[in-house]
This record gives sequence, structure tokens and C-alpha cells, in this order.
Amino acid sequence: MSSISQVSVAPESKSASREVASKGQVRKYMPMYLSIAPYYIIFLVFGLFPILFSLYLAFQKWDGIGAMTFTGWNNFYFALTDPVFGQAIINTFEIWIISTIPMLAVALVLAFALNMRTRSKFMYQVCYFLPNITATVAITLIFSALFAEQFGLINLALTGLHLPGVNWLTDAWPMKWALALMVIWRWTGYNSLVYMAGLQSIPTDFYEAARIDGANTWNVFRYITIPLLRPVILFTVISSTLGGLSLFTEPQVLFGSSGGTGHEGLTMSLYQYGQAFTSFHYGYGAAIGWVISIILVICTFINWNVVQRTER
Amino acid sequence: MTQQYATLTQRIITHALLIIGLIISIFPFYWMMVMASNTTSNVYHIPPQLILGGQLWVNISHVLQNIPFLQNFLNTVFVAAVVTMLVLFFCSIAGFTFAKFEFPGKNILFVILLGTIILPTGGALVASYVIQANLGWIGGFLPLIVPSAVTAFGIFWMRQMSLSSIHSELVDAAKIDGCGHLRLYWHVAVPALRPALGFLGLLTFIGTWNDYLWPLIVLTDPKIQTLQVALAQLFGVYNTDISMVMAGTLLSTVPLIIIFFLGVRQFIGNISAGALKF
Repeated sequence: MSSISQVSVAPESKSASREVASKGQVRKYMPMYLSIAPYYIIFLVFGLFPILFSLYLAFQKWDGIGAMTFTGWNNFYFALTDPVFGQAIINTFEIWIISTIPMLAVALVLAFALNMRTRSKFMYQVCYFLPNITATVAITLIFSALFAEQFGLINLALTGLHLPGVNWLTDAWPMKWALALMVIWRWTGYNSLVYMAGLQSIPTDFYEAARIDGANTWNVFRYITIPLLRPVILFTVISSTLGGLSLFTEPQVLFGSSGGTGHEGLTMSLYQYGQAFTSFHYGYGAAIGWVISIILVICTFINWNVVQRTER
Repeated sequence: MTQQYATLTQRIITHALLIIGLIISIFPFYWMMVMASNTTSNVYHIPPQLILGGQLWVNISHVLQNIPFLQNFLNTVFVAAVVTMLVLFFCSIAGFTFAKFEFPGKNILFVILLGTIILPTGGALVASYVIQANLGWIGGFLPLIVPSAVTAFGIFWMRQMSLSSIHSELVDAAKIDGCGHLRLYWHVAVPALRPALGFLGLLTFIGTWNDYLWPLIVLTDPKIQTLQVALAQLFGVYNTDISMVMAGTLLSTVPLIIIFFLGVRQFIGNISAGALKF
């Protein structure tokens, strides 16, 4: 990287190494500061300020029209004792567990399988990535037709195999499985591409040495591939955690702000949205948002430690 | 890699797994096309119709009658295009500046930039809405465009790509010739950053096109809604005419898939490369 101070040096800037006060220097650096300024300005106004304001809002009671009334810790106290919010938290974690674990496992297996090919690898990558770029709303609508109780394809296939049909959109656990299956469908391809990149960075010498020592494919997978993939696995676990715990669009489109029958499809983000924008409890919505953020930070922290510390 | 060591059984299993994955990935798109091109009664037919029908134009006409689809489509194109252009310009010039120039506080500022990526912003949703309502922006496109005009990820990406794609000698030579900062950017940085711009542009366009939560909150008037929000409304009210809903879904998905296929080579390569940098 070249330093511009070597090209044009104003006499007064030689001694003013720390001070930007001299006019020549400020003029010299102005284009650079101007070039990077837009992000900081926008972040200050639309990123930082809302965060601070939401902290303030979380301690108020406000319906958006009248005045705000200060309620102290009431919103947070209510959030921690709210049974619907509690169910939303449990739902979110249940959906997250049943979606993330199969998704990452399948993604890893697919990546491993695809990495062994050279022919038509690109075509597979494109097709596996296709679910990820399609709008979530569109996919949710398609899946709502697939999951329909009477005439949805999935139930038709099940009854065709003489298995009982499932009330995907009205029974408690099937609702969660419907959401989980949509998440799995959408993200497996993306995660397998990420894993493939990681696999390609493992030197082939390791594999050859292991083969020479007589290892079969499973042992190679378990003792070489997975340990060396740990940083990439950490990346996917953390991304999946942050994404999975923020699940919003699929439940909102399928079930509306209530989360469906018995709130079984209600996720944390959906509950926040419903409280703030459907019930107009803006202060409570802000408080819920903060509780969710704290939960996310704790989960990320736990993820980091668990993945970093597993030794084989 | 290990191809010469794979037994026949392993290769069959591998092949089967990959093909099953392929079918699962593609099938919903195919099913969408089937539903969009049949009548609703056919869609609910037992045994199910699994082939494309001839009702596509009829269903599309129903869509056009029920929501201002063309308007929504144009809205989405407009917002996605404007945001993409803004992001490409601001992120590339900022990334270029961080990569190829020295100025006081540069490192601290960049570290702050990276820090903002990990800030939890979930709680700020309500606040953002209130702030922008007070600015009088709700009811227009500004809430969708201005906050998204520059992204930290975009600047980070452009900085990394500038470091590897732009030759410092070119920058110095142009500077000696008297180029100001903006001309340096336009004549030296932009040509070298073309692939990086392509990737960021594609990512931004797709992300903006598909954005749902924030547009849902700020776009209350059906005439200014984007496709995703309009589609969701279609489902709530007209959920009996599933083939019409699917026709609308098809129309809003196809343009993006076309754009995706235009730029997919850069996409896949760069997703793979970018992941390793974490």
C-alpha cells in the first residue's frame, strides 16, 4: 500500500505528525474523509440513534399517538412473566433445534459428497443455491400449498403410502416441523457451499497420508475433515443461530401475527412485531426487542465456547 | 481428491444423495409453475395434476385485476435498482479509500466499522419506525432507500477487493498526473473492481428485492408496496384462488432467477471465497 505523504509533502505537515489542524493537511485528507463519511453518518442517524432511542423507549408506555408515560422496569418485568412471550421463546428454540441440526449435518454430508466430484459440480452448486435466493414470501406461499391439509402434495403423498396425513398448519408440533422444513430447504444449499469452500482448503496430503495408513472414508471424515473444518463449522453454527432465532417471515405469512392455533407458530421476532405494530404497544415492543438481543448474544457466546472447545 | 479411493457402493450412494438433494431443491419451483398454470380446481384435484397446464395467462390476468401488480413490480425494480447503485458507489469509494490511502485515524475508523456489523439491532426496529415517522418519511420510499444506501459489509468487501485488485503503482501514476480523488476512483478503481462490483451488486439487488420485514412495516399504501409485501396481502385475502396466488408468485420470482443466472458464476465463487475469510 502506498502512502500519499511520500508523493506530495507540504512543508508544514512534516512536523505536525499528530495534528490535523494545519490547513494544508485538512485539505489534503478531505477527499478521503468525505469518501468514507456517508457510512458513518447514515449509521449514526439510522443505526446508533435508533438503538439508543429504543433503549429509552423500552422504559416507556406508548401507543404511538398519545404521550409517552414513563413506566420504569414494568415492560421488562412483564416480558419476563408474559406467558405468550415465554411460549414464543420456547417455540423459537424448538424450531431452531429441529431445523439447524439436520440442516448443518446434511449440508456437511452434501459438501463432502459434492467435493469428490469434478464433473457437473457447478450445476449442483447452482441448483442447491437456488432456494436461498428466492424470496422467502414466495417460498412460504408455495410451501403453504404443499402443506395444505386436504389437498397439499405432502399429505397426498403420505396417504398414498398408507400413512396418516398430518395437520401441518394447525397442530402444535407439525406447525413447527413445517417451519423447520422450510428453513432446512432454504439454507442447506448455502451452508453446503460454505462447507465446500472449507473442504477445499484442507491440503490433500492429509487425506493421502490417512489412506496410506489404512483409514476408511468414515475415519477420514471424523478425524481429519471435521477437526480441520472447525472454524468454518463455527461460522455456520453462529450464522444459523442468529438467523434461526430471528425467524420471522415464514411464521408471519403462514400464521399471521398471532402465530397460529394456540400460538404454536409464534416466534420471538413475530411476537415483537405483533406487539409493536399490530397492538401498538411500542414501549413493550422495544423492551421485547432488547430481551431478544440479549438472548442472541448469550446464545452466540455459548455457541462460540462449545464449538471452540470440543476436542477430539 | 479422494475419487480414486471411492468404492462403487460409495459412488452410488453419493450419486443418489446428490440427486435427491437436487430434486428437493428444484421441486418447489416446478410445483409453483404447475399450480400457476392450472385452474384452482385442478390444483386441488385428486389424484394431483403434476404436469403444466395451459391456464397461465388466465391466472396472470386475475392477479392483475386484484392487486396493482404492475405498480408493485415497478416499485420493487425501482427500489432495488436505486439501492444497488447507491451501495455500489458509496461502498466502493469508501473501500477504495480505506485500502489505498493513508489518513489520520484510518485504522480506528475501520475497526469501528467492523464493530458495527455485529451490533444487535433487533430492538431498534420500533425505534427506526418512530424516528422515520417523525421525519415524515413513512408512506414513501425513503425509509427503504436511505438507511440501506451504504453497508458496512459492502465497504469491508470493497476494501478487501481493492487491496487485491488495484495496483498501487497505477494510483501513484495517476496522482502524479494530477488526478483528484474522484477521478482516481473513476479511472483507476472502478475498472479494476468490476468483478467485485458485480458480486456486491448482485447480492444487494437480490437482498433488496426479497426484503420483507422492513417494507411490510413502512409501506402501508398498496400503491407503493413492493412485490413481497403485495404478495403476502394476496395470500391473506384470496387464499382460495391458489393458482392466482401462484401466478403472482411466479411473476415475482422469475425476474430474480434470471438475474441470478446472469451473475451466478461470480456469486458461487465469491461466496466460497468470502466464507474462508472468517
